Amino acid sequence: MSVGAPRSLASSGQKPIAEILHPLSAAEEQLSVTVGGDKEAGLTNGTPVETSSPASTSSLLNRLQLDDDLEADIRDPYAEAAETRDLFVTVDDPKKHVSTMETYITYRVSTKTSRVEFDLPEYCVRRRYQDFDWLRIKLEDSQPTHLIPPLPEKFVMKGVVDRFSEDFVETRMKALDKFLKRVADHPVLSFNPHLNTFLTTKDLNKRQGLALLSKVGESVKHVAGGYKLRARPAEFGAMGEYLDTFNQKLGTIDRIAQRILKEQSEYLTELREYGTVYSSWAGSEDELRRPLEGVGGCVTTCCGALEDLGDGMSQDILPVLREYVLYIESMKSVLRKRDQSQAEYEGRLEAAVLRKQEDRTPMPLEVEKCQDKVECFNADLKADWERWQSNKRHDFKQLLTGMADKNINHYEKCQAAWESLITLLQDKQTEDKTSETN
Amino acid sequence: MADCGSNEEVAVIFNTDITSTESENNLINTMVEIGATLLRKMEINVTEAEKRTGKNTVNMQETYTVYLIETRSAETVPEGGTPTTPDTLWRRYSEFELLRTYLLVTYPYIIIPPLPEKRAEFVWHKMSADNLDPDFVERRRVGLENFLLRVASHPVLSNDKIFFLFLTEEKEWREVVLETGFQDKVDSRLKSLSAMFRVKNPDKRFTALKHYSDELNSVISQLLRVRAKVADRLYGVYKVHGNYGRVFSEWSAIEKEMGDGLQSAGHHMDTFAASIDDILEEEEHYADQLKEYLFYAEAVRSVCRKHELIQYELEMVAQDLVSKKQQKEELATGTVRVFSLKGMTSKLFGQESQEQRESRLAALEQSTREGEETLKERNTECQEFVRTAWEDIGRFKEQKDRDLREALISYAIMQISMCKKTKGEDDRSAEARTELSI
Repeated sequence: MSVGAPRSLASSGQKPIAEILHPLSAAEEQLSVTVGGDKEAGLTNGTPVETSSPASTSSLLNRLQLDDDLEADIRDPYAEAAETRDLFVTVDDPKKHVSTMETYITYRVSTKTSRVEFDLPEYCVRRRYQDFDWLRIKLEDSQPTHLIPPLPEKFVMKGVVDRFSEDFVETRMKALDKFLKRVADHPVLSFNPHLNTFLTTKDLNKRQGLALLSKVGESVKHVAGGYKLRARPAEFGAMGEYLDTFNQKLGTIDRIAQRILKEQSEYLTELREYGTVYSSWAGSEDELRRPLEGVGGCVTTCCGALEDLGDGMSQDILPVLREYVLYIESMKSVLRKRDQSQAEYEGRLEAAVLRKQEDRTPMPLEVEKCQDKVECFNADLKADWERWQSNKRHDFKQLLTGMADKNINHYEKCQAAWESLITLLQDKQTEDKTSETN
Repeated sequence: MADCGSNEEVAVIFNTDITSTESENNLINTMVEIGATLLRKMEINVTEAEKRTGKNTVNMQETYTVYLIETRSAETVPEGGTPTTPDTLWRRYSEFELLRTYLLVTYPYIIIPPLPEKRAEFVWHKMSADNLDPDFVERRRVGLENFLLRVASHPVLSNDKIFFLFLTEEKEWREVVLETGFQDKVDSRLKSLSAMFRVKNPDKRFTALKHYSDELNSVISQLLRVRAKVADRLYGVYKVHGNYGRVFSEWSAIEKEMGDGLQSAGHHMDTFAASIDDILEEEEHYADQLKEYLFYAEAVRSVCRKHELIQYELEMVAQDLVSKKQQKEELATGTVRVFSLKGMTSKLFGQESQEQRESRLAALEQSTREGEETLKERNTECQEFVRTAWEDIGRFKEQKDRDLREALISYAIMQISMCKKTKGEDDRSAEARTELSI
């Protein structure tokens, strides 16, 4: 889940949007590097921002200076990213904590990095799900134009699911690891100061941050409210439609997968009984005892293989489907924010145009700011969309080939069991024949 | 009249009361070969099944199936020659039943091969239990052929005239069978039941055999029942996978790069789901092999029951003889050993005359002698029954071990080919999925 290195810096406001090449886009053309204008001067690391600009220019410049090769092979962004990645994160080692108030699980979050934004090259902290949730909220609010990867579900029905069972913890941990890796591989999100805090600070003081954030969030909403969207660009409309259909298909696939698991488990129950009947028959036979026991043994082996297949399915396949459903929700909310942003711009523009016609005042600054916002938003979104699509293709290819591999594996196990039985029985046959002729 | 072949190598054993028409039909040789069976000289096939309608015994229209029996001399065809056209006749299931009942009564010491089931039992949900269903008819055809081959290869049964006529004489066979009067020899169920409970000195070997046949019956029934449930569940698993086919196809419509890969994944799922029909159809053949031995268990039980009856009657005769001897002794010596009403009345109401006593003694002498003869006969009968029965039981045991071992091996081979086929599908599917370009 990594992305290509940023290809160029975008400047907003001085060029029409069509000419601006976003650092996050997968375009092949020779990209120009321009340092951002004074509008961006206020941006430095660590400040939560309202506007949707890319990461601070200084850090991007640093990265570009580190990278010699700008021409990335877009066909294999993962291999290329591996070479240039300078931030590695891992989530592992779940531990249970029991206190008087509550019981919860913490995970070890390890970081290795060569980035200058980090004081040390290595960090190791313990985080619980709440902390990841905090990080996500912070990211969403501070980078509203970007797609934030999803977290595994927050709430689980206490009666139905055991929050402390090995399987549940394992599945959740893998999802948290994926989340963090996706953020760390994102060229903009990975430089977010909250991520830095999350990875490095021993004790996250969350309450303060949240309060501040909610104020900011509200003001954004207040500004954007009250304007209607005139015409959504076709590509964003298409994205929305795609997401709706994709969501539907994922839901269907999840339901089918669950139904298969159920049917398979019922099949397994019957198959087990089937195996035991052969073994009990063997008890009343002489010559046939070995073949019958053999068949019973093969059936039992197949049962074991089937159980493994089912486990594999629930551990590897269902979580990915769920993750993408959450991802889709995330993406849709970003699209909505973009629409709001565009609506605001159009509203202000309309008002300004009317005023301009009346008293020939120049285009007010706010309108231009709005326009910038929209254009940056669109660019960020498009770039994130491409990346998301690419991740999706990779993930689902892995998923489907994984499914196929597991199935092949399963049938190989069964086949081997039956083949060894035949060898056993045929050996006995030749054994008997030679003893007869002797 | 069927012509069984115009060559002198046909050698069968017949009763000497052969009719002139039969002898006209080239049944010239009555050479006896030790251990010869009909099958060595005659090829037997049940090749076709056809629907007929006709009036039954209560004068109502009914539809039934008839089966075509083809017979042909088994001599090798000379080079370049055409094989002789077979003789054919049609038989319906009830005629097979009649033949079998005849054999059961005529050879009570032989384990008579069973017929395929009258009605479809142990079905899993998809199979129709309808006797006119083409799959059922086909499997019955195979079962009937198997029955004929079993009888024709039996050292004792294959020499039976009625059996030969069954294969060669279409129209008048029924009358000939009924003329033998075999139906009078059928033991009543009640007689058999009472014998079972009253035998004083049961033969240990037969008791063990009865016990074994009960166990075989029970375990094969259980196996067939569970197998049907397993088949039902497996069918469900495969069919649900088919649902993937449609959703993958729908999903591929909204994808650009992934479209082709998803389409082929969808097709693979459809093929996979459809493959279950053939798999389960093949398994029915295995189920039929098991069913044959399920019914064979009943035939074994029949022989045991007959033995019980013979043993019981032997004991009755022996007991009868003992009581007659005692009476004789009493009469001769005047001592009363056993209380008898007659003895008491004669004591009370006066002695009988010397003449009367002597005539009674003479009558008893004769009766005793007759009883001794009967006992000897019955004893011989019983011993002969036991001897011939154990010969056949030995033969049956070897046949059973051989056949069931083969059935288990071919079941294993079937499982292997099923694994290979499904894996092959999966290999292709994995290739298809690599088409999912990023």
